[in-house]
This record gives sequence, C-alpha cells and structure tokens, in this order.
Amino acid sequence: MIDTNKTTAAIVARCQELFDDLEFGSAREWKEAGPNRRVVAYMPIYVPRELIHAAGMLPLGILGGGENLEVIHGDAYYQSYICRIPRSTLELGVTGRLDFVDGFLFPSICDVIRNLSGIWKLLFPKVYVRYFDVPQNFDDEIGGRYYVQELTELREGLERLGGVRVTDEALRASTALYNENRRLIRELYAVRAEAPWLAPTSEVYLLLRAGMVLPVEEHSQLLRDYLAAVRAAPRPRRDNCRVVLNGVFCEQPPLNLIKAIEMSGCYVVDDDFTLVNRWLLDDVPLAGDPLRNLASAFLHRSAETSAKYQPDEAKKGKFLVDSVRSNGAEGVIFAAPSFCDPALLDRPMLESALDRVDVPHIGFKYAENSAQMQPVREQAGTFADSIKLWSAP
Amino acid sequence: MTVKIPTPSAPPSPHEAVKEASMLKQKEMIARNYELLTGTAENGRKVVSTFVPGNLNELVMCFDMLNNLPEINAIQNGMKKLSGGYIEEAEKRGHSEDVCTYVKADLGMMAKGNLAPNGKPLPRPDLLLLSYTGCFTFMKWFELLREQYKCPTVMLHVPYQGDGHATQNMRDYIVKQLKDEVIPALERASGVKFDIDRLREYLRESARAEDDLVRVLESAKRKPSPIDAYFGGVFYIGPIFTAFRGTPDATEYYRLLRAEVDERVRRGLGPVTPEGDMKSQRYRLVVEGPPNWTSFREFWKMFYDEGAVVVASSYTKVGGLYDRGFRHDPDHPLESLADYCLGVYTNHNLPQRVALLEQYMREYEADGLLINSIKSCNSFSAGQLMIMREIEKRTGKPGAFIETDLVDPRYFSAANVKNRLESYFQMIDQKRQTATAA
Amino acid sequence: MNCYIGIDLGSTTTKSVVMDDGGQVLGRGITNSRSNYDTAAAVSKQEALIDARFTLLRRGLEGAPSLKGKVDAFLGDLERHFRHVQFLEQLDDLEQTARRNGRGLRFAGQEQALGEALGEVFRRLREESEALFAPGARRRSDFFRDIAGSRFMALAEPLCKEAGLSFDLMLNVYDKSIIEVENRPPSGAMQGKFLRALELALGAGGGAGDAVAHPVRAALEIPLEEAYVVGTGYGRVRLPFPKEHIRSEILCHGLGAHIMYDGTRTVLDIGGQDTKAIQVDKEGIVENFQMNDRCAAGTGRYLGYVADEMKMGLHELGPLAMKATKTLRINSTCTVFAGAELRDRLALGDKREDILAGLHRAIILRAMSIISRSGGIRDQFTFTGGVAKNEAAVRELRKLVKENYGDVTININPDSIYTGALGGAAFARRAVQA
Repeated sequence: MIDTNKTTAAIVARCQELFDDLEFGSAREWKEAGPNRRVVAYMPIYVPRELIHAAGMLPLGILGGGENLEVIHGDAYYQSYICRIPRSTLELGVTGRLDFVDGFLFPSICDVIRNLSGIWKLLFPKVYVRYFDVPQNFDDEIGGRYYVQELTELREGLERLGGVRVTDEALRASTALYNENRRLIRELYAVRAEAPWLAPTSEVYLLLRAGMVLPVEEHSQLLRDYLAAVRAAPRPRRDNCRVVLNGVFCEQPPLNLIKAIEMSGCYVVDDDFTLVNRWLLDDVPLAGDPLRNLASAFLHRSAETSAKYQPDEAKKGKFLVDSVRSNGAEGVIFAAPSFCDPALLDRPMLESALDRVDVPHIGFKYAENSAQMQPVREQAGTFADSIKLWSAP
Repeated sequence: MTVKIPTPSAPPSPHEAVKEASMLKQKEMIARNYELLTGTAENGRKVVSTFVPGNLNELVMCFDMLNNLPEINAIQNGMKKLSGGYIEEAEKRGHSEDVCTYVKADLGMMAKGNLAPNGKPLPRPDLLLLSYTGCFTFMKWFELLREQYKCPTVMLHVPYQGDGHATQNMRDYIVKQLKDEVIPALERASGVKFDIDRLREYLRESARAEDDLVRVLESAKRKPSPIDAYFGGVFYIGPIFTAFRGTPDATEYYRLLRAEVDERVRRGLGPVTPEGDMKSQRYRLVVEGPPNWTSFREFWKMFYDEGAVVVASSYTKVGGLYDRGFRHDPDHPLESLADYCLGVYTNHNLPQRVALLEQYMREYEADGLLINSIKSCNSFSAGQLMIMREIEKRTGKPGAFIETDLVDPRYFSAANVKNRLESYFQMIDQKRQTATAA
Repeated sequence: MNCYIGIDLGSTTTKSVVMDDGGQVLGRGITNSRSNYDTAAAVSKQEALIDARFTLLRRGLEGAPSLKGKVDAFLGDLERHFRHVQFLEQLDDLEQTARRNGRGLRFAGQEQALGEALGEVFRRLREESEALFAPGARRRSDFFRDIAGSRFMALAEPLCKEAGLSFDLMLNVYDKSIIEVENRPPSGAMQGKFLRALELALGAGGGAGDAVAHPVRAALEIPLEEAYVVGTGYGRVRLPFPKEHIRSEILCHGLGAHIMYDGTRTVLDIGGQDTKAIQVDKEGIVENFQMNDRCAAGTGRYLGYVADEMKMGLHELGPLAMKATKTLRINSTCTVFAGAELRDRLALGDKREDILAGLHRAIILRAMSIISRSGGIRDQFTFTGGVAKNEAAVRELRKLVKENYGDVTININPDSIYTGALGGAAFARRAVQA
C-alpha cells in the first residue's frame, strides 16, 4: 500500500509550495505555534544552525527573492552592477515579508553581503543583526581560537535575543539532529550520483530548499520519505551525460534553469547548492566541548568554495576535481550569478585545475530572475553532445 | 610616410603649474622606489607584494624587503591610459567583465611584460603577503597572482568590524597571525631575523608623519579651504599609505607639505589645481568613494571649474583614520599593527561609515555629500545609496550620486558625470537662494 | 513686449516655450533635434514665436464683433494658410538645393534628366500641397522632413523609372539636400508670411474684410522682444549660450511641473535618453533627484529597442499592449537582454500583446525603483516625457503607484513634452525680474 502523501510527486509538491511562498507561511506558523518563539534568518553560505536550534529558535535560510518577486524598493539601494540577491532580499525586508524575523546572520561570503549586514542594521534596528565572520586561517591555535570566541559571542547574542541559556547539552542534541540531517542529504546526493534518473536535480534542489525553511526534524523526515519513495518507484534512465554544477552557492538560479540543464541532456551529479546543508563534510563529534567540535569541523572538514581561502596553491581546485572523479562526472558546468565576485574571480583558477586533468567545462552567467533559457539549453545541450562524442568508443 | 607616436604622458601631478617642494619630493620618492623595485637583480633586495589598506610597511622594512603594491601599479597605469588595454587583455584570458578592474589591470599588465612606470620589468615577488583587510576581492586577487608566480604566500586575515567596533578577539587573532605566520614567512623569504626594536623605531617614525598628515587634512575646515581633500588628498596620502610609511623620507615629505599648507592658510589661498590656484569656492563637498583614475584630470576640472572644493573624503581614509586619533604606537608594536589593520575605512561597517561621513559633513561645514560609486569596488559601493539616504536624512543636505570606475576607461562617461554634477551644483544654488529668501 | 524663452534640447526633439511678463505661456514650438543643435534651437524657438503670434492674434480678434463665435475657425484658416506658405517656401529652398546638389561630376551625362525629373517632382509636390493644407486635411506630422520626405519618395520612384534614372541617385540627392535645408537657420521674415496668409484667408471667404484685417495687422505689429533665453536639456552644453543662460534639465523639469500643477511634489520623467525622478518643494525648487544609472533599462530607449525587435512603430506598442489579457512577467530590465527574452517568449508561443504588457510593466518597475531611490512618491505626482503618452505604460504606473503609495493624485499633461522648456522659460523670466 503506497501512502499517497509520501510519493515523490506529493513530497516535491509540498517542497514546491514552500519554495514558492514568499511570505514564509510555514516559518510564521512555527513562530505563532508557541509563546516567545524566535526566528533567526541567515544568508548563504554557512552559519552554525546548531546554535540557533539549541537556543530553541528556528533558523530560516534566505536565498533572495527568486524569479517571481518584483523588485522595486530593493533596487533603490543598489547600482546596476551589483548582483540581484541583496536587492530582492531587501525587497523582502522593506515590504514586510520578513517582519517576523527576530535575528539575521550575514555570513562572510563577499563584500556585498557583508555590507548588506550594515544596511539591515540601519533599516531594521530592532532585529538582532550579526555579520558572521569565519576564519580564513585554519590552524587550531590561530583561526580555531578566534572562531571558538566568535561562536561564543554568537551564542551569547542568541541567549540575549531569546532570554534563554544555550547549554552544552542542548547544543549537543542539536548537533546530533543536524548530523543526521547532513547524513540524509549526503545519502540523497549519493543516490543521485549513482542513479541520477531516480532523483532529478530539480527535485533534489527543492528538497534542499525546504531545509531552509522547515525545522530540521521535519526536514529530515521529508528526506527520509523522499529517499524511500524514490527507491520504491523506478524511473526511466536517459542517455544523459554526467556533470558537476558549480558556482550556484549564493544567488540562486531560477528553477527553470536547473530544469533546462537537465532537459538538454545533463544529469547533475554534484553541485554547490545550499552549501549550509553540506558545509560540514562529516559528523561533528558529540563528545567534548561542542563549540570546539564545531570549530574543528569547520577548520578541517568543511566544503571548499570560492568564499573560502585555500592556503595551499597545489590544492586549489582539488575539491572540485575530486568531486568530478568520485561522482563519475564527465564535465563541469560553471554557472555564476552576474556580478558575483567570488564565483567569477575563482572560475579561471578552477578552470585551470580542470584543464590540467582534462575535464571539459563550460560556463555562463545568470540572475535569479533570468528568463531566457534558450542560451542555456543550447550551451548545455551542445556540451552534452560533445561529451558523448568524446566518450564514444 | 612617418607615423607620429604619441609619447606617454608623465604621471599627472596636481602641482604642474606651481611645483611645490613636497610634490617634487614625492615624485622623487616614487621614482626611486620603482628604480629599487626594478633593480633587484643588481641590488639583491627581496620583494614582498601586498595591498594598500592595512599594509604592514614598517614590518616589511624590518626584513629589508621592498614593498610592491599592485593597486598602486594599477593606478599608475590608469593615469597613463594603459589600464584599458591591460583590462581587455585579462578579459581575453577568461576574466569576467563583471569583476574588479584593479585585478584585471594587474593581471593584464603581467601578461604584457609587467613593466613598471619607469619602463623596466617589475620583479617576481619573493613573498605574497595577502593582507585581507576590508576587501574580499583581495583574497581572490592573491590566489590569482599566486597561480602565476608560484611563490610563497602568507595570509593575514583581518576580521571585519561587523558590529561597529574592533574586539579583543579580533586583535588577538591578528597578533597571533603576525607572530606565528606572517613574521616567520617574512624571515624565511628574506633571511633576516625579526627585531622588534627595529619595528618600534619605524613605528615611531610613522607616528611623526601621521601628526603632520592630520594637520594637513584638517586644514580643510578653514574657509577658504587651502586644500582639496579628494583630488589633492589622493596625493597627500600617497607616501603614508604606501611604501614609505615609517621612513624619514615620509616624515620629511609631510613636514614640507604641512609648511606649504600653513603658508597657503596664511596667505588665504585656495587649493592648487592643475590650472593654478583655485579662486572661488562656491561649494564645499564631502566625497565618498575612490576617484576615477583614467580621466582624473578631466574629472577634477569638472569640480574646480564650478568652484567646488572637496573638504573631506573617505577615500583618503582607506589607509587609516588618523584624523580620528589612530597613531602607530611603538610601545605596543604588534597590537598597534593589528589596530591599524582593523581600523581602515573599508573595514568599518556601514553604520560607522554613515556616522563618520555625517561628522565630516558637520565638522567641515559641507554643502553636500557626493558619492562617486565605483563599479569595481563592492566593498565601497554596495550600500552607498543607503549611505546617501541616511546622510540626507540626518543632515538635511543634498546628496549626489555619480558612477565611474577605477581604471576601466569604458566606465567613465564624461557627459553623464558632468550633467549630474551641474544639476547638483545648481540644485545647491537654488536651495541656497530660497534659504536666504526665506 | 518682453518674451522669456526656454529651449529644451532633447535627444530626439527640441522644444521651446515663450512666456510673457506675467508668466503666461504665449507659445510653444517643437522640432526634431538634428545633428546641429543650433539650428534645432533656432527652429523650435521660431515655431514658439509663431505660436506666440497666434496667441496675440487671438487676443486681438476676441474683441472683433464680426468674428463673434468664429475666431477659432478664422485662426484655423489663417494657420493653415500660414503653414502652407511656409511649406512652399521650404519646398523652394529644397528644390534649389537639390538642383545644386544634382550638378557635378558624379551626374555627368544625367544632369539634364535629373534636373527635369526634379522639376517634375517639385511641381507635383507643390500641386499636392494644396490638398495637404486644404481645410480639414490631416497631416501625419508637422515636421517638414516628414511631410516632404515620404511624398518625395513616392513621386520620384515612378518618375525615375520613366526617365531611366537611378532612383538611388535621386535619393542620394534628396538625402544630402534635406540635411542641408534642415540645418540652415530658418529665415527670419515671418511678417510677410503672415500677411500673405491673411490675404489668402480673407480671399478664401474669411469674409470679414477690414474688421478682421485691422486687429490682425495690429497684432502683427506688436514686437516680440527676446528678453532672456534659457537653454536646458541633453544638448544644452552644445549651445553657444553663456553659462548663466543654461540650467540643468532637472531644475527645469521640476519647475515646469510645478507651473503645470502647483501641487506637484514628485516628478517622473521618462524620456528617450534617461529616466529622472525629481522631488520638489512647494515652490518647485528641486530637493532631490535621481536618474537611471549607466544602464538604459527603464528609459524610453528600452521601448524603442523593443519596437525594433518586434518590427513595430514605437507608437503602436502601447495600444497593442492594452489588448493583453494577461501581463507576462518580463524579468530582463536590461535593454540588451530584453530582445533575447522577447524572442524566447515568442518561441514559447506567448502572445505579442501579453509580452508587451509585461515589457511595459518592466519599464515602469524600473522607474518605480528610481522614484524609490529619490525618496518615493509624495502627493501630487506628475508624470512627464514621451512615455507619458503611452497608455499601457500609464496604466501600469497607476497600478504600481497605488500599490506602493496609496491614493495619490497623478497628473499627466497632454503638453508634458514641454515641461523642461516651460521651466526654462520661467527661469528666464526670473533672471530678468528677480
């Protein structure tokens, strides 16, 4: 007997609904469901959500306004040569769509998001706003010591915001929940890499996005249901090539762009969507000091991305090359938001790393509200065809 | 048939009409530094490449190393109209048209022989000292340079003043990086052992020059202002923001400059412009944002032709807010370097920047805030429209917004900029007339 | 009498306004901006002075008992004849110029045939002009180039064929000549033309004789002294005016909008080159302004680009967009990308009107951002510029203003194209009277 609420279609429909909801109804409901509940928003790429959860609060991932938000007031704060995510995020703010948000964390990703933290402070003085700086030095005694103190300050800030104590015990429990969530996502990625026709990226993406707005417990259940449903319902395999998608870690491409890539003959077997879900590469140990454990995981076992310094020149691009190899990809599609400094400055170095090991790649730019998909279809389609030609016996 | 080849113009100076002693001194210092840099094969000096904001010049000098600053090279190339070609070269090599043109001008210059303004090739650095202060792009820039040079690189990560102040944790983090990573890297690259007393001596020298610089910058509070704190200001900050801070040369430069400015004050003169002394001062402006370098002269002329003098600017604070009291401190050498790095303008958060500009508006009795928004520089530019709004709201003085670029000539539209400036000046006039009529 | 003149040199058209001592608008004139701004300024100024003269005529005739209730008809008649006389004069100039240009080495052996053909074309143009300026006739434009040009082509083509002449050659001569004629400063003698028109009007059955001729002559006698001229607009820096005679278009637009509607606090102007949002105080003094940044998104040019892409006339876009049953979301405010998005949409089978509705919304959204940047909309809100004539754009603007700023009085003046020139004229008046 198949539970109709737990088919892939039903799960994906639920995720799509959450994705489309620019009023953040589910987060509002969560907040209203209990007294003194607090919601703490965050932007890409990484914040330690364990801390927010341990304070009894809901972490809410804000990834811009997507393709359907008309931006009027947000545009008033930005010149035309700046990417779109800060404008649409501000539009969400000034139009009251985020009026239930009590705190907002702006991670260290680029100067635009960094400065957005200051704009938020000026525009929304009642919100607990913190620029969340992470170390670019990966020595335990240097960057590690600094980071533990930054985490401590964040913990204290949240405690003040909620009028609560964030105990080590609570933090360990939250870490365990997020460990589990990350495990499930790793499993989802492994399923997709092995049989991408079973879990299309347009669906995987929506599942990841659901994790931005749902409580972690609920999201983990959704992941379990989806994995079970996928295994229960076989889907036809197509003659697609296998690619890694890179550069989509901040401003999001429109869902249609993801679909266009898939429809033009590419299976995405790895990507850098919503890195916060997979930033820490394996379980954070529960024994010992929870902040030290988080710091150590960050320093030594976290994903590589343009916003993070690579101290060792020889390792530049290795993370991407390893992903290509371990996921059996045949090429890389670089997709970067227009005016995205981290992605666009990084790209030539990543391209060189791929060239050295003969991995083909293409690249293009998008905005979260790009509507013309024909160039994407053409480029991705041509790329897929050429990969098939090269790999033909 | 003969083809006339235009001779490249010398770096423009604001004092071409009247060459003052300080200007000659600075020219000579810069020329000598480039001679040293391009003569390392003969003089055997080691070279460190590093950035302007929060640079560690005194520390670098402790290791007898020369300081090569890629932004300064890009500015030189911008003023000599070479940057356009370099940027196109970098774009041909796969760099996006969207990203910072300082980076592209630097990479393009490397691709085309890496020639210094004296026409000789710049040396490969012995160390890339990535002082990651106030600008995310620096990090990528040095990763890109490292890929080219394959030379040792050391990172100094300076946290951002996200909450509007530096914390002890930030200071400790920087000092620890200096002790455990930066100084050892400099020792390895130079073969010279670190001597903290030598550092103290240089810092003491820095502080002397810093006093005089502040005196010069604050002279703009007078009416008429004896200086232009933006177009002239960028020359005044030259030595102290770059490879000369901590040298007796810099101290001497600022002593000369201060004497000259004092003399202008005594004689009631306005700033020196490329066309001589500025006569009337009809508008006093605070300017936010870096200048455009490719059309620097033309840009400046749009101001002094209209009688607009800049009395304070944020760009002249990218190498430190000396006017707000910071001094290098020989008694706490490494801590003082940490505070220096933390305190540069671009490492301040937006509310701090607004507060500073607001203070400038009041202290310097400005008629308005002009923002020159630079396409390349998100660190400066993202949020400037918010800054303008806040300043207008807090001071009741009008703001104006123009858009150019640092060194990309494609992003300087003279007609556009002039149109907006004219409209702005006329608006100030009109407001004044109604204010006096009322 | 003293005249205060404002000239607004826009990128596509140049406008002039003549104002009297009391601040009343006497006349308006418009012409297409040419490569030569001096001439465009001179022509539009002359047109405004002609219009001013008609105003004076009206004032003079309103007292004439024999014309009671017929002033409009008479003035219409007079203007029609005046325009005709003016047209014939320009036609003569064009013919002489064309004949001159039709000589020389390039035309060796064909000179005579060309001369004959030109003679015939112009004879027919003159002949046709009777109908063109007949009572009730509609002309699609009042610009000489537009009227003469299209008919010239239509007449010359068959004639060239008959004469065995190359039509391209003829076009070449025309193109060269029309530019010369257009860029020649206009001849100053208006008086003669008015008198000639008066003769024609009276002869053609105006029927009132001296009772009319007298006040007309009296009105023609009033000297129009150019007390002060102020230039504004995109091309103002190219005018040979001393600096104190030049005002920025921002200031002029602000003041012009204030004069049209004195409750104006926020002005939006969407022109061919740029989009401006201006905040003015209760005296029309500019308090703040914002213009589109380097990017042309949200300016009239965006619509021009769309029209080209759809192979439509600019004025056809609005009416088609009004037929839309839904407004598609067009996300590219970027002028360059709009074309690609448009083609993509058409390829997907979307209807042209729905796409156009989306494009109009996109341009207005962009303008809304510029307004927001300048400080938002305060009551009253005045919308000016070429795009203010586009009904689809106006519809979207009304919707978005209501959504974002609630109930605000929105003023759109049919003469809004003269806003900048009006402000200029007011500045000219202040310069003398202040």
